Amino acid sequence: MIVQSLAFYVFSAILVASGVMVISARNPVHSVLYLILAFFQAAGLCVLMGAEFLAMILIIVYVGAVAVLFLFVVMMLDINFRELRSGFLQYLPIGGLIGFILLAELAVVLGAWIVAPGAAAQVAAPAPPIDQVTNTHALGMLIYTHYVYLFQAAGIVLLIAMVGAIVLTLRQREGVRKQNIAEQLARRREDAVVIRKVPTGGGI
Amino acid sequence: MAEFWSGFLLPLIIIVLQILAIVVPLLVAVAYLTYAERKVMSAMQLRQGPNMVGPFGLLQPFADGLKLFAKEQILPAGANRIVFYMAPMLTFLLSLVAWAVIPFDYGLVLADINVGILYLFAISSLGVYGIVMAGWGSNSRYAFLGALRSAAQMVSYEVSMGFVIISVLLCVGSLNLTAIVRAQETVWFFIPLFPMFIVFFISILAETNRSPFDLPEGESELVAGFMVEYSAMPFALFFLGEYANMILMSAMTTILFLGGWLPPLDIAPLNWIPGPIWFALKIALCLFVFIWVRATMPRYRYDQLMRLGWKVFLPFSLFWVVLTAGVLVAFDWLPR
Repeated sequence: MIVQSLAFYVFSAILVASGVMVISARNPVHSVLYLILAFFQAAGLCVLMGAEFLAMILIIVYVGAVAVLFLFVVMMLDINFRELRSGFLQYLPIGGLIGFILLAELAVVLGAWIVAPGAAAQVAAPAPPIDQVTNTHALGMLIYTHYVYLFQAAGIVLLIAMVGAIVLTLRQREGVRKQNIAEQLARRREDAVVIRKVPTGGGI
Repeated sequence: MAEFWSGFLLPLIIIVLQILAIVVPLLVAVAYLTYAERKVMSAMQLRQGPNMVGPFGLLQPFADGLKLFAKEQILPAGANRIVFYMAPMLTFLLSLVAWAVIPFDYGLVLADINVGILYLFAISSLGVYGIVMAGWGSNSRYAFLGALRSAAQMVSYEVSMGFVIISVLLCVGSLNLTAIVRAQETVWFFIPLFPMFIVFFISILAETNRSPFDLPEGESELVAGFMVEYSAMPFALFFLGEYANMILMSAMTTILFLGGWLPPLDIAPLNWIPGPIWFALKIALCLFVFIWVRATMPRYRYDQLMRLGWKVFLPFSLFWVVLTAGVLVAFDWLPR
């Protein structure tokens, strides 16, 4: 038990510290690297709680794909940090407001737990007990049976967002040379090569 | 004190010894993989290969290691020191930690976790960070170009790798690596899922930045790509990491498609040979194909690489996932 709580405090401390570093690091690439560190600590916390599936998905999706593209973009940008920093105080109120709303929501969720301990038993589709099925199974059972329509709806929203992003950035350009494999393969020798007899001094 | 000994210290010592029992043979295997690559490639190109250091040149890897140890470490001007040195360490570390979940025989595994295949996939998708950090931290254009290529390449091929893994998982019904191997007792998955096996193998060539997809290194146009500024031990760590990754990916192929530690047929002379030896033989076969491909194929062009990943492999593997699921449901073969 001591080892678990020790691990919990180590993970949480590094998580909070790297979260602070994300917003306070001077170099944006360092910020993204700290963000990745924060994802890792969050995954560690998930493993500690027995949610190993969520932990692995967090690493595969966020660290393995999203943060790579993030890093990709940030590395190539040429940002003037002093300019960026001058607007910091301007956005402080709205950032503070969002932070406060999130904190209040967390307090409401945790408060419900403490005020009415029976509230957890009232959920529409309770999670199966963790000692009978692995949490991958438990998640699958909840998502694909009770919440299948919501799950599909979320998928459609993401698909539309993806299509929208492509539509917004796609521009038709004229005169671009593209490789057309089928055309290349369909090309015959007769279309490309002509053999002629060239008389001496005559030319073609 | 006795409780402390039996509760903490003894398990800790046992785990450390188990880790050493995996890592030391792995590092020896990495050293001899470099030797094998040079020997096999030289044989394919009608050359001798290394043959001076020790009998048949067998001590060549150690001579190379010693040489790299003795060289000078150079930090490029304007390089980001921490990121620059963290990149090779990360690459090497990631190629080692993944071995924690690889089952060498039934029950012979360091950590038999439920989501083993996801863990392997997560670790292999992190490999790109070592390269991107190296490219950015070096403060060099060639290295940066190599890193950018590598980031795009590895992210693209991971997608089709994910679909291949899903189609295997549909046939197994578990994410546990031991369960995946045991599901192949009747037939190895490379027979029913043969096209997926090919897609997976080509994807791991791209994932490990091996020829014909070695554009991140691209020595003819980028000198050595992301590792151009590295020398001595940091370079050696990249080198070791790349080869350890090759062995890891071969082990993954073996577990997913070639039946892990299982003998080809469960008959008398074949099943006398212990499982780990079968496992090692299958890995060696995959590694041979890695080297064979390198000695045979010219390098892909970058747009061809992207086209293959996104326009060929992705639709095909997506189709095959749907087909596998459809067949499994139609014939009621779904694993319970």
